Amino acid sequence: MPDYEPPLPPVPESRAVSQARTRPSVVWLIPIVAALAGVWVAVTRILSEGPTITIVFQSADGLEAGKTKIKYNGVDIGTVTAIRLSDDHEHVITTAQMAPKTQDFLVEDTKFWVVRPRISGANVTGLGTLISGAYIGLEIGSSKQPKRDFVALETEPIVTGQVPGRFFILKTADLGSLDTGTPVYFRRLQVGQVTSYKLDKDGKLLTVQVFVRAPYDQYVNPETRFWHASGVDVSLTASGLQVRTQSMLSILIGGIAFETPATAPLEPPAEANTVFTLFSDRTTAFEPAAQHPQTYVLIFKDSVRGLVPGAPVEFRGIPIGEVSDIRAQVDLKTFRFSVPVTIELDPRRLGVNVVGGAAGDLEALRRRLIDSLISHGVRAQLRTGNLLTGAVYVAFDVFPNAPPATVDWSQQPVRLPTVPGQLEATEETVENIIEKVNKMPLQQIGENLNNSIANLNLTLISARNTLSSATETFVSARNALTTANGIVQPDSAQLQRLDQTLDELTRAARSVRVLSDYLEQHPEALLRGKPGKPK
Amino acid sequence: MMTRSLTAMDHGLQSCEVCGLLSRPAPPADEGRCPRCGEAIEFRKRASFEYTWAFLIAAAICYIPANVLPVLTTTTATGSVSDTILQGVVLLWSPTGWPLAIIVLVASIMIPSAKIVALAYLLITAQRGSIKNNRQRIRLYRMVEFIGRWSMVDVFVDTFTAALIQLQPLMSVEPGPGLIFFAAVVVLTMLAVESFDPRLIWDAAALQEVAHA
Repeated sequence: MPDYEPPLPPVPESRAVSQARTRPSVVWLIPIVAALAGVWVAVTRILSEGPTITIVFQSADGLEAGKTKIKYNGVDIGTVTAIRLSDDHEHVITTAQMAPKTQDFLVEDTKFWVVRPRISGANVTGLGTLISGAYIGLEIGSSKQPKRDFVALETEPIVTGQVPGRFFILKTADLGSLDTGTPVYFRRLQVGQVTSYKLDKDGKLLTVQVFVRAPYDQYVNPETRFWHASGVDVSLTASGLQVRTQSMLSILIGGIAFETPATAPLEPPAEANTVFTLFSDRTTAFEPAAQHPQTYVLIFKDSVRGLVPGAPVEFRGIPIGEVSDIRAQVDLKTFRFSVPVTIELDPRRLGVNVVGGAAGDLEALRRRLIDSLISHGVRAQLRTGNLLTGAVYVAFDVFPNAPPATVDWSQQPVRLPTVPGQLEATEETVENIIEKVNKMPLQQIGENLNNSIANLNLTLISARNTLSSATETFVSARNALTTANGIVQPDSAQLQRLDQTLDELTRAARSVRVLSDYLEQHPEALLRGKPGKPK
Repeated sequence: MMTRSLTAMDHGLQSCEVCGLLSRPAPPADEGRCPRCGEAIEFRKRASFEYTWAFLIAAAICYIPANVLPVLTTTTATGSVSDTILQGVVLLWSPTGWPLAIIVLVASIMIPSAKIVALAYLLITAQRGSIKNNRQRIRLYRMVEFIGRWSMVDVFVDTFTAALIQLQPLMSVEPGPGLIFFAAVVVLTMLAVESFDPRLIWDAAALQEVAHA
């Protein structure tokens, strides 16, 4: 520093900054503790955090990010953390944070669905969600393959995998009043439910999936029949009015019933997911299944009123088929109307199981059988099955007086001969009789009859007179007879005298014979007299 | 030429922070007690930068879990919901409730973060010896000091709510782990403010002036 400078202003002193400590202050423990606490919290958070999964829904209706829970048996096991649309805007992808130790739940066949309040005829579920909002339910799969991205079910399954039992598939053309949750009955005991239904791709049949709880599932075997027990089954058939129901509940909401025919052979229980036909009612269900239905046509000249498709075809009371089609046709040449009725016959319904043999053999056999039946006078006839309803059925029966007929096998479908219906035949006869009666000269006959009766009256009067004199005559005749009776008594004097007289007569006759014998030998005796006794 | 500001320290004097009495420290010690009020006095707060930084860093660390972890767990019949501070703001945000939401947002999120940022700014500038905006910086310090305590309102509200709403089994409210960290943020920032010596701002200015002189 140069000397010439005055010592003013005073030179600042070096600052008295404390330099006692060179090591870091204890205060640094505070941020360290804070950092440790933060790290500890973070670590525990991460450790306690379960897996993150995504679930794809059709709709996020009722779902809320951060609020909607994933519950299993009522226990929260996760929360929806984010909801977003899929890239194609068709689905909703939800991200959910699962609770720790839920890895076992998230396997290949685990199913998720949204639980919403659902009120169907059979049951009310998810009422709690009215208050709490929808939540996501799940069914834990049995697979071991872990999975994180799921596609949710559209509807909540009726039966979850925890309930022992078996699923079966029913095919039906008509859903009737079925719905998911519709009960399944076995001997009027509710043993299961309809779990789902969907239309087949071809649109012709519906596939209905039912669940039958254990232990009732063992009563379902391959021969079991399922039928609609929907509501009240009122059938008006040739057999009359029939009302059949399963239970009060099924009257209201419908149902499915099953039973195994008693005649069916004992079989082991059906496998799960066996396909059955769902019949429209119990009667159809129990009819033997058609095996080789054959189509024939019957041409009726009389009215087919009361005949409907489905009407039975019977052979002497045994159902052997049914009417499938009824039409009318007119012959342009003769302008005669006739009704071809198409029927389907099934030999199995006769209780004849057709097994073995080639198709051709079967065909030949059938032709022979039908030919022989027709030649023996078997004909089809319309008969009234039920006078009240007028329902008519087709009957095959033996008509020995039927005009002879043959079957033309070249036609397709084959035409079988018919005879006029019972009612028509009767009508015809009665008509004939009435006609004849009409033709009688009834008036004339009446008049003649009247005259005759008058004459008869007169005759009768004289007859009565005659009869009174006749009575007298009879009285005297009886007297005479009494007398005569007295004469012919065995101990009467007359008889004894008669005996004696007869004896006398016998003796006299003998004398005459002796005389005549003598005269024969000695005719001269007549002249010379009897010679003296020989000497 | 700028007027040179005098500081007590320049003249070897210590000022009491409580009563403002100037006193000469008894040599050789730098520290002593105020002869009037008995308060411990020193030229400058001991290791002010170090303490402030420590508290500030601790507060900044705690600020993260305070905002990430739930501060309130509400258990109702429909399930339990845990809300962080920010979720609470979102929850309150409605056409009618937005003023409340803003209060919570300001008091619970913006003020603590602003405090941390402001203190960090003050520390850095003071340490770097910046002389710019001295006045604004001292105003900022006063604001931070004044406003800091109000952040505690949040903690109070939470604890009161938790204590009052115990309607088992219908509904209950429990403080979450985030609340502890939030309280720690508030306390630590207050401590940081307390340990920061605003005179350091002027010291830097004085040094600069000396350098210029």
